Amino acid sequence: MRAAVVTFPGSNCDYDLYKAIQQVGGEASFVWHRERGLESYDAVLLPGGFSYGDYLRAGAIARMSPIMEDVVEFANNGGAVLGICNGFQILCEAGLLPGALVRNASLSFQSKDVRLRVERTDTLFTTGYTLGQTLRVPIAHGEGNYEADQRTLEQLETEGRVVFRYVDQAGETTEDANPNGSWHNIAGITNATGNVLGMMPHPERSMEQLLGSVDGVALFTSLGSNLAMLTN
Amino acid sequence: MSKADGAITEVPVSARAGDPPITPELVADHGLSEDEYERIQRIMGREPTFTELGVFSAMWSEHCGYKNSKRLLKLLPISAPWVIQGPGENAGVIDVGDGYALAFKIESHNHPSAVEPYQGAATGVGGILRDIFTMGARPVAVLDSLRFGDLTSGRVRYLFDGVVRGIGDYGNCVGIPNIGGEVAFDRGYEGNPIVNAMCLGLMKKEELITASASGVGNTLMAVGARTGRDGIHGATFASEELSEDSDESSRPQVQVGDPFTEKLLLEASLELIASGAITGIQDMGAAGITSSASEMAGRAGNGVEMEMSSVPVREKGMTPYEILLSESQERMLVVAEKGRENEVREILEKWELEAAEIGCVTDDGRFRILEDGLAVANIPALPLTDGCPTYEREGLESSEIQNLRNTDLSEHLIPEGDLTKTFLKLLGSPNVASKRWIYHQYDTTVRTATAVRPGGDSGVIRIRGTTRAIAATTDCNGRLVYLEPRTGAKIAMAEAARNLVCVGAVPTAVTNNLNFGNPLKSHIYYQLREAVLGMAEACDTFETPVTGGNVSLYNETDGRAIYPTPVIGMVGVIEDVEKITPQAFQRTGDIIVLLGTNTNEIGGSEYLYITASLVAGTPPAVNLDAERSLQQTVLEMNYELKIRSAHDCSEGGLACALAEAVLGDGDNPFGASITLDDQIRPVPLLFGEGQGRIIVSCDPLSLEAVLRIAKKHDVPAIQIGYVTEASEGFQITTREGMVSASLSKLSSTYFDTLSSLMTVTTASS
Repeated sequence: MRAAVVTFPGSNCDYDLYKAIQQVGGEASFVWHRERGLESYDAVLLPGGFSYGDYLRAGAIARMSPIMEDVVEFANNGGAVLGICNGFQILCEAGLLPGALVRNASLSFQSKDVRLRVERTDTLFTTGYTLGQTLRVPIAHGEGNYEADQRTLEQLETEGRVVFRYVDQAGETTEDANPNGSWHNIAGITNATGNVLGMMPHPERSMEQLLGSVDGVALFTSLGSNLAMLTN
Repeated sequence: MSKADGAITEVPVSARAGDPPITPELVADHGLSEDEYERIQRIMGREPTFTELGVFSAMWSEHCGYKNSKRLLKLLPISAPWVIQGPGENAGVIDVGDGYALAFKIESHNHPSAVEPYQGAATGVGGILRDIFTMGARPVAVLDSLRFGDLTSGRVRYLFDGVVRGIGDYGNCVGIPNIGGEVAFDRGYEGNPIVNAMCLGLMKKEELITASASGVGNTLMAVGARTGRDGIHGATFASEELSEDSDESSRPQVQVGDPFTEKLLLEASLELIASGAITGIQDMGAAGITSSASEMAGRAGNGVEMEMSSVPVREKGMTPYEILLSESQERMLVVAEKGRENEVREILEKWELEAAEIGCVTDDGRFRILEDGLAVANIPALPLTDGCPTYEREGLESSEIQNLRNTDLSEHLIPEGDLTKTFLKLLGSPNVASKRWIYHQYDTTVRTATAVRPGGDSGVIRIRGTTRAIAATTDCNGRLVYLEPRTGAKIAMAEAARNLVCVGAVPTAVTNNLNFGNPLKSHIYYQLREAVLGMAEACDTFETPVTGGNVSLYNETDGRAIYPTPVIGMVGVIEDVEKITPQAFQRTGDIIVLLGTNTNEIGGSEYLYITASLVAGTPPAVNLDAERSLQQTVLEMNYELKIRSAHDCSEGGLACALAEAVLGDGDNPFGASITLDDQIRPVPLLFGEGQGRIIVSCDPLSLEAVLRIAKKHDVPAIQIGYVTEASEGFQITTREGMVSASLSKLSSTYFDTLSSLMTVTTASS
């Protein structure tokens, strides 16, 4: 897998994502937001952080970056695009994913491990998980409260585009397990064609037991092996 | 601009139109004494201009000149074979093995945070990050050491909330994990909170760069944010006492932070250093351009000349005085090699940062400031940076404290009613309870290196590509320093070292932040001197030299000083990340062993504060040699993989330490069954804060080895109980009564205290 990790001014999880790709045997490159052209990559990853300081609105300025035209084209051509945290916010701002990520219901930044339930195991990103599996993954965001209008929510649910939900230790979608107030405990969604995934939690931080969890590894290995199958 | 060869040494200095005449009142307003002013006149050979007066005032403030602390600081041990850079640079640097060096330092932002908590704390984080990356190191972790008044006060909750948000928003945005620190609440800090931020940065040894203006003819460039009128004379402000009206009138002296620009500066600076196009770089921190330029010149033994009209400013009409003394944030002074300015500019442009050539390095040793080509300040650089008078004052202990120490505490040795109730009250006190409400607002896992997150004895960051890790902690119990400064400072050192060995790290070096009151008062100077002496002794015994730090004096509001609070930031090295020891118990059936001895001491304890609102008595005795043996014992047990957990006993005593060990992070708690046989009354036994104690747990098969290792080091060790299932609850039996509680009760008491106190605030404000 040749993966482009797009760095915007203010991205701060680009390095972590780069290392995660390397760990699963992929080839990662940093692509500065003013560069152009993504044709040579198999996947495009938008990292977390605070692009442009989250000034104005998280992701609102980054989505104007020159590279974003290419990201949109890459996605529209069916390319695999993964946005994590700020990357998810940018994907929503860019219109590649529906809805918006607004201020956490608690009104404060939330940084802790959460549990996620895997809702789909037939996407490019999740074939390595089992359906209903509970993952332990950190979150770290102030604006991760997923909102969308009723029709969009219904559409997401009926089309099965919710890939991850916040759950408690028992795997239930309780209110207490929801760290930011997201509708339907939504932690991650795909676009209609399933090639674009946005998620608030950080699988790239769950790659080693030393750091607390290895539950993110399967996401990157899934992506790598699915892309390998597609190219062959 | 005059030539860089320094041929012009005697540029006539003209008084600027519009500058006020120098009067004794003006001199006093600048925080300079008559003697100091006379000294300035002698150095100058004439009366200084208004601009020059401002420059001296900032450089000779306590904040920059350390005039009341320098002589005491000389008493601290500063060298060891692993010290690469001792005090005097932007940050200390030590060798941590495998070719890596660690830059680290702690710094205070107390005064700004008292006036504007959010920005005050945020800019404190910004400043300390810059101190680290200007050494060539990438910041990899921050810790913060905070003190506030009691949370019953609405004002205190406002300060606490603002400080935590400020630290969080800044560090989160730049993307540096917060790995720990500490916070305490006590009326002794009402009105004058303490906000100390510590940063650690890693680099390859050869990447080290120092902040000196070397190479005559090299170009000085101002980089980053533009200079505005914010924070003018912040350094002088930080060296004064606060008063009731400091709130409104001082707000313009507080700077505003922009973490986004900081992140760009960080990346650009590391790229600049790697390019080799620059010879020096320094943050324009306290006293802005003035201190960065004069200090860099001073270190190289050179001079500097700068043209004020070339400095990018935020608003028109700024005078040289204002430009020189502005403390606008996120600015750096860079010394570019002559002829490589464009290379510097290209790197900065990539990061969307401004850079302007504002002057050059000269060989005449002068700090010369021009405005449109006319000199408005021309000062010999060395006396400016090193000529600040230093004072040794008379120190006398106040009788008030002697009386507090002699308070008869015997009535408090008897518990008031139920032991379990008292225990839960103590466990739920904001000083003991979980600080989760704070660190859940800080990104602790970004950069994927955090092996131990906040909430444990120390935070741990692994060094990628090696098997090594760095542990760090901050500690100081101000109450104990208040009651007996020398003992209190030793305890702070001892606790810090215990916190490090508990995770398996060898205590290696120290950065300190001396937060005290007004040193001109003899009882405050006494505290300062005694604390430094205590610290020095402990640094010697533990072989942990001081590599730098910060002094924050004049922490007083309306004449009342804070508790003397010499915060110790200690770092340690872990050679094998696989051997990190957790704080929490790990397995049912494991044996719990207490290392050290329980004592009959209760002075200065949290128990006295919450049950009798007392800060009194003699602090617990501390034996540095015994502490050293204890440290080595735990490290050896860790090294030989004989223990499954280790946790230090501190605030709240043995009972609270045991509760913390059963609870862990709350996800998978255990129970414990403990029997204490000591002939000591239950209050001091359970809640006393006797020093030199660590609780370890081990597999029953390892017990013999654990006891043998302790014996080898002459450290008392006794089996006090075993780990049980959470459903079996938490019990401590003593000769005169017991503590017994369910894990759900422990958990809610420990984890929910701070959040419920702070949620009430939001609802009612």
